[in-house]
Amino acid sequence: MPLVRNVRNLGHHLIEAVWRLGYATRFFVLILMNSGLSFRRFHLIVRELFFSGVMSLVIILVAGLFVGVVLGLQGYETLKSYGSESSLGQLVALSLVRELGPVLAALLFASRAGSAMTAEIGLMKATEQIAAMEMMAVNPIARVVAPRFWAGVISMPLLAAMFSVMGVFGGYLVGVVFIGVDEGSFWSQMQFSVDFQHDILNGVLKSFVFGVAVTVIALFEGYDAPATAEGVSGATTRTVVQSSVVILLLDVILTAIMFRGI
Amino acid sequence: MERSTLDLWVGVFVVAGIAAIAILAFKVGNLGTYNVSESYQVKAYFTNVGGLRATASVKSSGVLVGRVTEVKLNSERYEAEVTMSIDKRYQFPKDTLVSILTSGLLGDQYIGLKPGMDDGMLKNGDVIHMTRSAVVLEDIIGQIVASKAENAK
Repeated sequence: MPLVRNVRNLGHHLIEAVWRLGYATRFFVLILMNSGLSFRRFHLIVRELFFSGVMSLVIILVAGLFVGVVLGLQGYETLKSYGSESSLGQLVALSLVRELGPVLAALLFASRAGSAMTAEIGLMKATEQIAAMEMMAVNPIARVVAPRFWAGVISMPLLAAMFSVMGVFGGYLVGVVFIGVDEGSFWSQMQFSVDFQHDILNGVLKSFVFGVAVTVIALFEGYDAPATAEGVSGATTRTVVQSSVVILLLDVILTAIMFRGI
Repeated sequence: MERSTLDLWVGVFVVAGIAAIAILAFKVGNLGTYNVSESYQVKAYFTNVGGLRATASVKSSGVLVGRVTEVKLNSERYEAEVTMSIDKRYQFPKDTLVSILTSGLLGDQYIGLKPGMDDGMLKNGDVIHMTRSAVVLEDIIGQIVASKAENAK
């Protein structure tokens, strides 16, 4: 009976998904509870900040610049038909600070740093380094996982802010320097419309939430990966796919709460 | 524990990140034009606020002097109660006329202040009585249509 088998498969996958979600939640709580050590020995976090933050810097800055340039070009073409090229600064800054900065930086962070975290922890597990730590009475969550979590959470808002700044600079470059939009109105329209609390702080909050989501997914997938080569590669793929979907889903929810006041 | 080049890079990263947030706040955002402590609050009642929202600007002679902080319906008067905070540097007479204006044909709505002749100045918590509500486009169109119909007879 293929129908019965399909229903059974569906149920199996659903239960499996809920099971993993519960396990991931417990893992997240475990990270928070075992974070004390990583703050007492702060150099653990600093080391991970280097790998997840500093190493992502180049791609974030370059991507931010390109996104800003494209926004400037496209925005100018559209605004020109309404005769309001002077609002280009407003368009570029608001779209970057509210949406593109946090979301695109988080997507890049997930593929650049998140996948690396998963692969690293998955391989540590596959080569039994995690088991060895437990054997020596070293808590692997406190020693390996928590520093990576906090490094991701700290670096994500900083990376998103840098992305937005580079984007605004890119928009300025293309709009003011190349096309010739009035410089004064570019900046004044921008400052007039971008509110510190409503736009910038909400953007920082968004990237913070994305940082938590991406690092928890990446660390969990690594920690939960089957201890084989296929297992680790599958877990890395899942990290990127799941983080991307979760980032966009969270963005919908956060935008609805922050900017529509639902 | 020794200092390493890794620490230097992380330091540079954190400083650059915080600088980016500061640039966003002061250069891109309006934190540079904010002074929260030096403002006073006044209220005004309107029969219709149109599309006026919190954070809309308050202008006098076209100069930005404050921001709208709250728009709500007063359920005793059944009128919209608009609270605005005005920069302490700008003092206005008690009989100032408050009107809701639109920037451009379809632009944002803002509040325009037109000073009166009174000697007393507005203080924190005062209510401005002279108000002019927002112009609702549908009402104007309705009036035009009605007057056309009148002429046609």
